[in-house]
Amino acid sequence: MSAAAMPDWIALPAALLLIAGGLLALIGSLGLLRLDSFYARIHAPTMGNTLGAGCVLIASMLTSSAAAGRPVIHELLITLFLLITSPVTTMLLMRAALFRGEGSGGGGGGGNARAGKSPVADDSLV
Amino acid sequence: MTRKFPLMEALLLLMWLLVNESLAPHQWLLGLLFAVLVSRLARTLRPLAARPRRLGTALLLCWHVLCDVIRSNLAVGQIILGTVRQQPKVGFLKIPLALRDPHGLAALSIIITATPGTVFAHHDPRENVLTLHVLDLQDEATWLRVITQRYERPLMEIFE
Repeated sequence: MSAAAMPDWIALPAALLLIAGGLLALIGSLGLLRLDSFYARIHAPTMGNTLGAGCVLIASMLTSSAAAGRPVIHELLITLFLLITSPVTTMLLMRAALFRGEGSGGGGGGGNARAGKSPVADDSLV
Repeated sequence: MTRKFPLMEALLLLMWLLVNESLAPHQWLLGLLFAVLVSRLARTLRPLAARPRRLGTALLLCWHVLCDVIRSNLAVGQIILGTVRQQPKVGFLKIPLALRDPHGLAALSIIITATPGTVFAHHDPRENVLTLHVLDLQDEATWLRVITQRYERPLMEIFE
């Protein structure tokens, strides 16, 4: 079935969700550019991974269910896998930064970089 | 070790059926084989099994997390768009925990890190203190309350 045959009440919410998801991912990526320290930047991409991806996946479920004429919900697995993998990378980055005593961390490294004075004793990080 | 319900097998079977998008008998059979083999393999890798209880509490926690994820997405978005004027005040926060179960702690770390604006930075197993990194550290008491009351308490009910 082509996209033209998709009923409006499916196409409209799906389109809105796609736009919302795209905007969230865009703002998250913009954060990488705008925030000035490593520790601030680490928070930005999470937006695209959570709500951004969620919006796109719901849109995908809506449109593929309508196109296939039956419920298509295996996108739920993508949500699950994102949820259990992306925090691991974030935590790994965070701990690597703590371990290195990240302060200047590229970019401006302004006042916020002082937060990089590790709050954690280094020997416990190994 | 008394095992009541083969949770890991059930979830793996569900995953298999979802991936294949089919409820045909041969998929049940293949999925069952897959589930039994994989969970047996997983148990040799990690013998410590989680025994989650209280489905209702878990569902309520999922709902709270979903709401918080949506709310903090909007909050972080506002912070990023507002950085022209000023940078957010990042900072670390130490939170003493009562939760000891390793699976509960893993779930807590995923909840915290998956929520934009907070990252689970470190956990000291001896003193059971969590180091949290917050993007916009305005009100320390609120974060403390959210982590302990909203997340930690239900996780203790579920896993301990």
